[in-house]
Order: sequence, then C-alpha cells, then structure tokens
Amino acid sequence: MKARVYVTFKRGVLDPQGKAVCSSLHQLGYREVTDVRIGKFMEVTLGGLPRQEAEKRLRAMCEKLLANTVIEDYRFDIQEE
Amino acid sequence: MKFGIVVFPGSNCDHDVYHVAKHLLGQEASFLWHKDASLGGADCVVLPGGFAHGDYLRCGAMARFSPIMKPVEEFARRGGLVFGICNGFQILTEAGLLPGALVRNAGLQYICRDLYVRVERQDTPYTARLKAGTILKIPVGHGEGCYYAPEEVLRNLEEKRQVVFRYCDAAGSVNAESNPNGSLRAIAGVCNEGGNVLGLMPHPDRSAEEILGNAQGRKIFESILHAWQQARRTRI
Repeated sequence: MKARVYVTFKRGVLDPQGKAVCSSLHQLGYREVTDVRIGKFMEVTLGGLPRQEAEKRLRAMCEKLLANTVIEDYRFDIQEE
Repeated sequence: MKFGIVVFPGSNCDHDVYHVAKHLLGQEASFLWHKDASLGGADCVVLPGGFAHGDYLRCGAMARFSPIMKPVEEFARRGGLVFGICNGFQILTEAGLLPGALVRNAGLQYICRDLYVRVERQDTPYTARLKAGTILKIPVGHGEGCYYAPEEVLRNLEEKRQVVFRYCDAAGSVNAESNPNGSLRAIAGVCNEGGNVLGLMPHPDRSAEEILGNAQGRKIFESILHAWQQARRTRI
C-alpha cells in the first residue's frame, strides 16, 4: 500500500517561500491569489500491514520524524494498490 | 576540562571547535562519532555546526535520532553542559532539549557574515565571563536560522530568562534592521530552564582568535571553562 503524507506549516509560522511565490503569481497577473503556503509531499510505500495498523504506525512516523509538530501539521491518506 | 565534540556525517565545524578547546583553551578535547554509545567522560558536549545527515527533511531531524543523542539527552537532564552551535542548535530543538524551532531565513537567502549579538544574562555557564549587555561581534552562516516558537512559549522563555543572546546592532539596540533572519524576539541563542543546555546560531568557534580577525567569540568558550572550574571548586 502507498501512503501520501502532506506536511504543512502551522498557521502563524512565517513561510517566506510561499510569500515569494505569491508575489510571483501576482506579477504574472494572477491577482486573485491571496496567499500561498508551501509544504512537503511524501509518498511512503509500506507492505504487510493491515490498514488500521498502517494508520497507527504512520501517525507515529509523522509525530517522530516526518513532521516537526512545533511548526508543522501533517495529514495522510492510504491507497491500497 | 574535557570537551566532547560530536561528529555527525555532514558536521563541518567539528575541527574548529576542537581547535578552540584544545589549542586556544588548552583543555582536553575529543571527537565523539554520532554512532558512539557514550560521551567518553566529557564535561561539556558540543554539537558543532554543519549539515548533519545532509539537513535532509529538516535541519537536525535525523541527527536527533543518532545513537549518541541518547547519552547526550541523559547528560543534559543530569545538568551536564551541552552546547549546540548553528546546526547543533537546530539538532537540540529537534531533540526537544530546547524549545522552539529554526526555520528558513525570512529573506530566503543563506547569510554568511559578521553581526552583533547582545548578552542578555551573565548567570549561565556560557556567559559567566560576559556581563549582561555586552555586545559581541560574531559571524553567522546559516539558511535556516529564523527562531520560531508559539507566542505562549516565547512569553515563557522571557519570563524564565531563557533568551541568552539577541541579535542587535553595533550599539546594542535590537531592531528590525539588526535582525538578520526574522527570528522572533531577535533570538540568537536560548538555554533550557536549568541553563546547562545552550543553542546559539552564530559561530563563536569561527571568531575565537585574532588571526581570524576576530576573537570575541572566544569569551563564550572561556566562560564555559570558568564556570566548570567554579563548579568543580564548590564540589571539592
């Protein structure tokens, strides 16, 4: 199975990359853009686990390593292959 | 006094710190490989600057799980001196030994230049030879040095006087222009509640002798030695 993990900055954490991209979009004429936040996307392939167990272990992976919960939020979805 | 300098794959200021401890302070110094299980009797553990584990994922994210970090954490909890410089500071926050996090510089650029920091308190082992209000010129070299912590954590840090160094200008004034990377409350260095663990973004190791054009950073290392000697005297 494959898990797609999304890690994003918490609200309130400055994201200067997102700000720079936002202003680039403005310069390209996309004035409707009011904010851009840049995060991380990870594809994690795992095998041999029932779905519930996989979810539990993925949560632990995010808490321990994949995200720094001081500054980041995470979410994931799991796709059976 | 015995300094233990942790070497992660990607550390690049380990030899700078070794040189300061061994040749400038005249103390014992040894390298500790990140896979070591013990601190080899070190009185002060230094996590040096660099790019531990390539800074992959986040700076310090993987280094904090290196085997050496277990004895480092125990040592820190027992009140041992643990000093993280630059990347070492990032590792200490990832490990939860210091509050907050270091994120991308507000200006997005890697900054490598001399700047000024103000000593906020003298009663830590790292500032024992520096009066509060002292201004030090020290270089920085980082891309992710913007100190962030939630507002309540910042308030708590200030209440407990854990901000040890703040970015300032040559006259000691803290303002937007003197803050190189957008750090909240201009924080350049924080300690834990006990004061025995310090994280500092600027590099005193790169400014510890005249031949480098700047010896002001040396006072921080001299403070560590002085504080250790004082503590030993009271133990005896």
